[in-house]
Amino acid sequence: MTTTYAVLSEGLEKRYGSGGRAVHALRGLDLAVPEGTVCGLLGPNGAGKTTAVRALTTLVRPDAGSARVAGHDVLADPQAVRRRIGVTGQYASVDGDLTGRENLRLFARLLRAPRTRADDLLERFGLTGAADRTARTYSGGMRRRLDLAASLLTRPAVLFLDEPTTGLDPHSRNGIWDAVRELTGEGTTVLLTTQYLEEADRLADSVVLIDGGRAAHRGTPAELKARTGSYAEVVVAEDAALYAAAAVLDQLTGAEPTLDPERGAVGVVTLDPSLTLPRIVRELDAAGVPVVDATLRPPTLDEAFLRLTAGREPHHFTGPNSLTEAT
Amino acid sequence: MTTALLHDGTAMLGRHLQRIRHAPAILVMTQTMPIVFLLFFGYVFGSALAMPGADYRAFLVPGMLVATAANGVMTGMFTAAQDSHRGVMDRFRTLPVSRAAVPLGQAVADLVTTAAGLVPLLLVGLAMGWRAEGGAPEAVGAFGLLLLFRFAATWVGILLGLASRSEEAAGQLASATFMLPLLSNAYIPTSGFPSWVRVIAEWNPISAVATAVRELFGNAPVPDGASWPVAHPVAGSLAWCAVLLALCVPLTVRRYATGGR
Repeated sequence: MTTTYAVLSEGLEKRYGSGGRAVHALRGLDLAVPEGTVCGLLGPNGAGKTTAVRALTTLVRPDAGSARVAGHDVLADPQAVRRRIGVTGQYASVDGDLTGRENLRLFARLLRAPRTRADDLLERFGLTGAADRTARTYSGGMRRRLDLAASLLTRPAVLFLDEPTTGLDPHSRNGIWDAVRELTGEGTTVLLTTQYLEEADRLADSVVLIDGGRAAHRGTPAELKARTGSYAEVVVAEDAALYAAAAVLDQLTGAEPTLDPERGAVGVVTLDPSLTLPRIVRELDAAGVPVVDATLRPPTLDEAFLRLTAGREPHHFTGPNSLTEAT
Repeated sequence: MTTALLHDGTAMLGRHLQRIRHAPAILVMTQTMPIVFLLFFGYVFGSALAMPGADYRAFLVPGMLVATAANGVMTGMFTAAQDSHRGVMDRFRTLPVSRAAVPLGQAVADLVTTAAGLVPLLLVGLAMGWRAEGGAPEAVGAFGLLLLFRFAATWVGILLGLASRSEEAAGQLASATFMLPLLSNAYIPTSGFPSWVRVIAEWNPISAVATAVRELFGNAPVPDGASWPVAHPVAGSLAWCAVLLALCVPLTVRRYATGGR
């Protein structure tokens, strides 16, 4: 059986501006998302996630490369792509000056969906009570639900979610996640960008880590974690021993440990499969470090992410644009 | 193709009218400003002119109607910039919507509100002693020309709004457009202008339209020795509107479709 891809891109390139100030947002991005699956696009700010979504949703014209979405070429037949997709996110939004109901009815009209569908969706997303208030008065979670509802007026073959839960409280976030799971259960393919690795871990079948405008790593969340080795953490008895423990872990792994003085903990990510817990404890003991607790476990996706994007510029998480500047 | 444009355009028209219903303050303000200007020019600034007060007010009312129509640049720019920098226009771009429908809906909605907004301005004009002295067909023609000019001005505004870098930048440029009628014969005759300013003012489309509306309402004769569009005001006005629409409509639709990407 051959796999059908709902999203397929090859060598997507996009450059904004020109000359010395040009920003190379995409540098040959390849993506292949099988039908009916959820793909999470991860990456630091400025990595090219949003540009990738904008190119695939016909909002941005790539300079080079090709992309097919739901079987249609985004450059040759953008209107056909638009008929098969839903786009929800930070940058493509609803009209804050209209009420929730007016928004959905407008989109229903534009999408040739029945008007009753708009009212059904208001009900389904718990917005009936607020349906006649303007969307600008909505909370972040309500607005995001309305936004998602607008994408579901027709059943899209591919749904693009650009940071759908950024800034939402856990309760609202769970609501969005449930809706996404329900959709994929019905066969919709979802391409999701997120900064929350937990979100990708929970929802995505596959993860693509974008760095510097191209896919740096791809795989299932589990594979991505496996590729980054293990996470060793040691809790010491006294503050003074923190640096001694860090020095031992540094020597063992060659990676820079992170310190958490409040908990008296030192952690490090290691790729070395021969590093076992007994060996860590032996080395610490030999160095005279008083150990209270020691663990060795697979990294969280957060740790994997930090590790995999740390290569070129160690502090690029300190500022939103530092990666762009570094490239 | 045409039915799709009509269907989507009507939906967008409905959207703009609903927006006005939810936030009528902006509309009230844009309708009140010309009335304040009319009273101020008619009774305060006008008192310094050589022209007798009643004659000046008969000259001023049609000028203010045209200046109000020219405000379509400002309103169009403001609304389009808001839409394009708040994400909702990008949402429309991802829908299988006819590409011309979004700007067309905005322009037609503006025309509807302008037509309604001319009524209070005309009532104040009538109270100030202004009358349509010509025939009824000419008066109807004058209103038609006002709305056509407003429509053209709105497309200029939408184009500028879509091309703007930010909502703030568009807002600043939009407020600066209030100067356009100052450089025309909308408020005072150009005969006293320094010669080079007079050339600019007479080639300002607002001057041709103001002269045409005055002629159609029978308020003031065509001035002597003016530029071609002012000397032949009705033909000149129609030509200006045709040129502005022929330039701005395709550029606007193109700009909307590509999003400047």
